[in-house]
Amino acid sequence: MEIDPFIFRLSIFILSIFVGYYVVWSVTPSLHTPLMSVTNAISSVIIVGAIIAALSGSSAGNIFQISNIFGFLAIILAAVNIFGGFLVTQRMLQMYKKKKK
Amino acid sequence: MSANLSALFYLISGILFILALRGLSSPETSRQGNYFGIAGMAIAIIVTFLSVGNFGIGFIYVIVFLLIGGSIGAFIAFRIPMTAMPELVAGFHSLVGLAAVFVAISAFLKPDAFNLGSLGNINLASLIEMSLGAAIGAITFSGSIIAFLKLRGIMSGAPITFKGQHFLNLILGISILILIFYLCRSQSSSLFWALVAISFLVGVLLIIPIGGADMPVVISMLNSYSGWAAAGIGFTLENTALIITGALVGSSGAILSYIMCKGMNRSFFNVILGGWGATEQTNSDKTKEQKPVKNGNADDAAFLMKNASSVIIVPGYGMAVAQAQHALREMVDVLKKNGVKVSYAIHPVAGRMPGHMNVLLAEANVPYDEVFELEEINNDFANCDVAYVIGANDVTNPVAKSDPQSPIYGMPVLDVEKSKSVLFVKRSLSPGYAGIDNDLFYRDNTLMLFADAKKMTEEIVKNL
Repeated sequence: MEIDPFIFRLSIFILSIFVGYYVVWSVTPSLHTPLMSVTNAISSVIIVGAIIAALSGSSAGNIFQISNIFGFLAIILAAVNIFGGFLVTQRMLQMYKKKKK
Repeated sequence: MSANLSALFYLISGILFILALRGLSSPETSRQGNYFGIAGMAIAIIVTFLSVGNFGIGFIYVIVFLLIGGSIGAFIAFRIPMTAMPELVAGFHSLVGLAAVFVAISAFLKPDAFNLGSLGNINLASLIEMSLGAAIGAITFSGSIIAFLKLRGIMSGAPITFKGQHFLNLILGISILILIFYLCRSQSSSLFWALVAISFLVGVLLIIPIGGADMPVVISMLNSYSGWAAAGIGFTLENTALIITGALVGSSGAILSYIMCKGMNRSFFNVILGGWGATEQTNSDKTKEQKPVKNGNADDAAFLMKNASSVIIVPGYGMAVAQAQHALREMVDVLKKNGVKVSYAIHPVAGRMPGHMNVLLAEANVPYDEVFELEEINNDFANCDVAYVIGANDVTNPVAKSDPQSPIYGMPVLDVEKSKSVLFVKRSLSPGYAGIDNDLFYRDNTLMLFADAKKMTEEIVKNL
């Protein structure tokens, strides 16, 4: 009997939760704010779905059907997050300096 | 690009995201980690373009919208002051939530674009996944908006509670599940819209009863939700990068919520179910009698610190409000020139989000190896001459160790009272968020400095 592809995705999901668990516990508490901003930035990879939504059926000519518009809106929101999230994280991390000897 | 090849690239971007989080284990590796994250994101976006394979007019529009959003994001990232970090993070969470809702709506309206079946005949599993993604995304959105308004001060930070609140939330939660069930049977779009609307409402109701110092838990929790929403959409789109990221972010937020709850010795449900101050009003009445406090000025404080051999600084949310971190660093520089050993003690829930104080001190150029967590530094108070408490309150209250009746009993606190003298900068004797009196005010070795945190610190610098 063949295994449903859903089971594979579920396996990836559960293993990733475990990876996340161990990786996040090793994050030093002083970097918890950058951790929040970078997780926020990477969760905007949802833009992948937004791009597919925005481009769906565009070869047929009409790219401003209602489902495309939601896709375009999602692209803007996710893009704000991607650029904003990574840049603000970078700005914060630049400030963490060691004592000058 | 073939579906198999793009799946492998999505896996690579997922791995790069893991490395991005791994980098945060030390400030040294963190900057490199951020570049891994950016690379992962770039790969995911490029692979998506290649696999859609359509570079017509639609592609141009996508790039234009991407750049519009990107410039708004970059503008915000460069302009935002570090003290506004908590509301910025809350605001960003709301965007992820709303994006998840929009993608789910789009997938519901045009399932064939995502290979999920056809309109009105969507695969059962996909429909469940997208409903969950949409519901969690909507809760994240409206909850984060409320958190943003509270942190920004547009809405009062006080908990808003009313009779039957928990019952209402329970009913709404159950109705979401019922709606998903009927949605799967009928595929009716009105049920889908109702689901989204109720989820928005739940997000609002979930966050309004939580206030002030519980904000770190709220932000972490919303962080976690935004991850689960992304994972839900990831399952719908059968996209590995989204599933991995969603799981990472979801567990990251959950761990942060756990750490914050432990920092307050409260259970997660206790925080979620409502205000702290609101439930424990009895204590403040019986301690109404006036107890004597020692009142000092900047001159006294400067004298004490100049003659100390070691000083520990305990910052709290008040420092962020007064923007006193730069003045504080100046004060420490002068002290260090005089040969005083200075370190900083950070309580896990100081401020309004995890790591809030660390970022502010880093902004003021305080080296991170002078900043210590509660467990690392708590034993040092006994050997320290002066503890300078600036903007913190409940996290220094010795009552948490001595009085089992107190609502904060059992919460880990900084042993500030063990130092030879305590300088407590505060505007008045009013209690902190927990609504209880701080015993520390009335101790013999405590000198109260009644002033704005920044002004007082600047005055001390002048007197040193």
